[in-house]
Amino acid sequence: MSRKNRFMSGNEAIALGAYEAGVKVVSAYPGTPSTEILEYICTYDGVYSEWAPNEKVALEVAVGASFAGVRSMAVMKHVGLNVAADPLFTAAYTGVRGGLVIITCDDPEMHSSQNEQDNRNYAFAAKVPMLEPADPAEAKEFTKLAFRLSEEYDIPVLVRSTTRISHVKGLITPGRKDKSRVKPGIVKMPQKLVMLPAHARGRRIDLEERMKRLRAHAETFSENRIERADKKRGFITSGISYLYVKEAFPDASVLKLGMVFPFPEKLIRKFAKSVDEVIIVEELDPFIELHVKAMGIACRGKELIPAIGELNSGIVRQSVTKKKGGKLFQPPEMPMRPPNLCPGCPHRGIFHAISRLNVFVAGDIGCYTLAALKPLSSMDSCVCMGASIGTAFGMEKALGKDALGKVLAVIGDSTFIHSGITGLIDVVYNKGFSTVVILDNRTTGMTGHQPNPSTGMTITGESSTMLDIEALCRAIGIKNVQTINPHDIDRCFNVLKKEINRPGPSVIITKSPCVLLPEMKKRKDRTLYQVLTGGCNGCRACLRIGCPAIEWTPLSGKEAVRLGFKAKQKGYSSINSVLCDGCGQCVSLCKFGAIVLDKGKND
Amino acid sequence: MTDSGNIIMCGVGGQGILLASEITSLALLKAGFDVKKSEVHGMAQRGGSVIAHLRFGRKVYSPLIDPGTADIMVAFEMLESLRYIHYLHRHSRVIVSTQKIFPPSVTTGMETYPDDIMDKLNANKFKVYPLDAFGAARETGETRTVNMVIVGALSSVLPVKEHIFIKTINERLPERFRRVNIMAFSRGRKLIQSAP
Repeated sequence: MSRKNRFMSGNEAIALGAYEAGVKVVSAYPGTPSTEILEYICTYDGVYSEWAPNEKVALEVAVGASFAGVRSMAVMKHVGLNVAADPLFTAAYTGVRGGLVIITCDDPEMHSSQNEQDNRNYAFAAKVPMLEPADPAEAKEFTKLAFRLSEEYDIPVLVRSTTRISHVKGLITPGRKDKSRVKPGIVKMPQKLVMLPAHARGRRIDLEERMKRLRAHAETFSENRIERADKKRGFITSGISYLYVKEAFPDASVLKLGMVFPFPEKLIRKFAKSVDEVIIVEELDPFIELHVKAMGIACRGKELIPAIGELNSGIVRQSVTKKKGGKLFQPPEMPMRPPNLCPGCPHRGIFHAISRLNVFVAGDIGCYTLAALKPLSSMDSCVCMGASIGTAFGMEKALGKDALGKVLAVIGDSTFIHSGITGLIDVVYNKGFSTVVILDNRTTGMTGHQPNPSTGMTITGESSTMLDIEALCRAIGIKNVQTINPHDIDRCFNVLKKEINRPGPSVIITKSPCVLLPEMKKRKDRTLYQVLTGGCNGCRACLRIGCPAIEWTPLSGKEAVRLGFKAKQKGYSSINSVLCDGCGQCVSLCKFGAIVLDKGKND
Repeated sequence: MTDSGNIIMCGVGGQGILLASEITSLALLKAGFDVKKSEVHGMAQRGGSVIAHLRFGRKVYSPLIDPGTADIMVAFEMLESLRYIHYLHRHSRVIVSTQKIFPPSVTTGMETYPDDIMDKLNANKFKVYPLDAFGAARETGETRTVNMVIVGALSSVLPVKEHIFIKTINERLPERFRRVNIMAFSRGRKLIQSAP
């Protein structure tokens, strides 16, 4: 690879850092803002990469590869580490053979997440070191460094990125490839790798020893550094917050922690003594602050700096100086522009049918969570990946027979495989009558079209065994499984109506590909629809589906008459042929037959 | 424009803002600046409002532009210029494509699309450059070059020579798209230069 500087995102840089470290096995489950790391790494020669069904499996695969003596990595978004926490905590005990690195991409401000948990807490809780880069250039170097630390200290190493590192682009200098000194192969070490209580007790003590050595290392670690300047204020900071401090207080002294756990206590004391006042700037939780305070050092942190949402240099400056910034221009009241399901999206059809049922919809995570928004308004809960089925079943157990016909679980194909299957087993095993809709759009949509086990394709585009969702549901013990076309709203409604009132469990699979898939975009046989002029009586039924291609033109009485409508008609609908994808869902909504194939466009 | 600047690029998901900000960043880098660019993926797309931050200078620390400090706003859609107006300062330049994309609440008749966007922008001291970028793109025969028309317009207020931008476009785009995109870039550049 050329050594010329390149303009790269943090995610691209993490992939390059892992490649330069000689990583051999990488496993991940897609999730914003981490997804692109795998999409870059799968392009490098000599690296095996894969989409795992979920983050727990991803980390277990990486642990296995490490036990086999190669450098390995698991990649996930912040909430993914909750799923992978089980192997993480015990992998700290076993330690590693080949370097084992776990990338967690946190999402302060929740740009594309359901919470904004601060995963630095996992380093403390699992007793593993964590590196925290501030920008793409550091993201590459720290990833590389993490593999060395992992092998040197016999421990998994966490690297924490955030949205403003993963999705920021900056200049990167490619470097040389590293070589691990560990020899790949099968080595049996039951005392180290079999965590029976008797062995684990030994490893527990060993873990303390390893962390003690790491604490000593942190004192001289090159990425924990003091930038001496004005002594009046001294900032202790890490990650992206460091850049905001540098921007807001270019003349202040700074202790930048490249390793946020374990803490370099001597270095912190030395720094604190050298400045008049210590201020801790960190995004989200008071992670560094609590530790520094526990050391008995006077400092200020969250009493100044917000603990919710992203920071920026302006927030840091104003929080510390207490000086208000200049007056800002205020955006006027205006229509919001929330994200929306695409024109032709198969989810729109099934969710419109669901919206007519008047049931509680336990939802899940994916593009289809957007169905919670108006006008579909057909999702009533969404907690975490896979939660829909357990949630619906729990409501059913709480309400007994009263819940029959009143509750529905809805989950996407990839999310079902991630962690919905076990929920469905619970329903069958514990004699529920839940109805579960599995939205099979042949891809993992929201994160940008990653293949999954049910698509029959791997990350590199090779064909593979296709998971048969219908057969899987039957094997679990669901007797009523059927597959329907989500674009056919009337049939969806009738099937749903019947299944929710069935006293036993049932699964409805809606199968139709995401319209953004390349093969769908390329198709030539798309049929477009139009609203017949004069056929529309302004009832607005077609607007209830929330399709971006259906547009409403309001009319005054005079205009209505001029255009040949009744004087009291308030407006009319039309279909924007640039946006229309030809799914035909809207046809069944018009009880006056005004939506028809656009002959002119289809010939 | 001096040796540093903050550029906000905003519009609607799917308008090609990421590519436009990428070309602009690469040209600035070629001209010798340090550059950081921040964007958001995932749930924030899907036809929703999109914003990218681009900062350049001798040395750039923060990837985010603070409210009140954007020197240039490039709005790919009219309404979106107002949504992010709090990023502007009194002397900001605003390049705004006159294209309108109706949000769902407007297409379904629940709300109306404001008709006084230009008045609202002009009421302040900003230097506003309205741009019929969609019209200019249509003239190239490929409406998908709207984003390159806008890059052309932006290029004329940046401290980067035209040939550097053209070289960047040539390097970044596959061959079959180059000619039409450079045509779009040149049209955009001329539109601003001929503006009053």
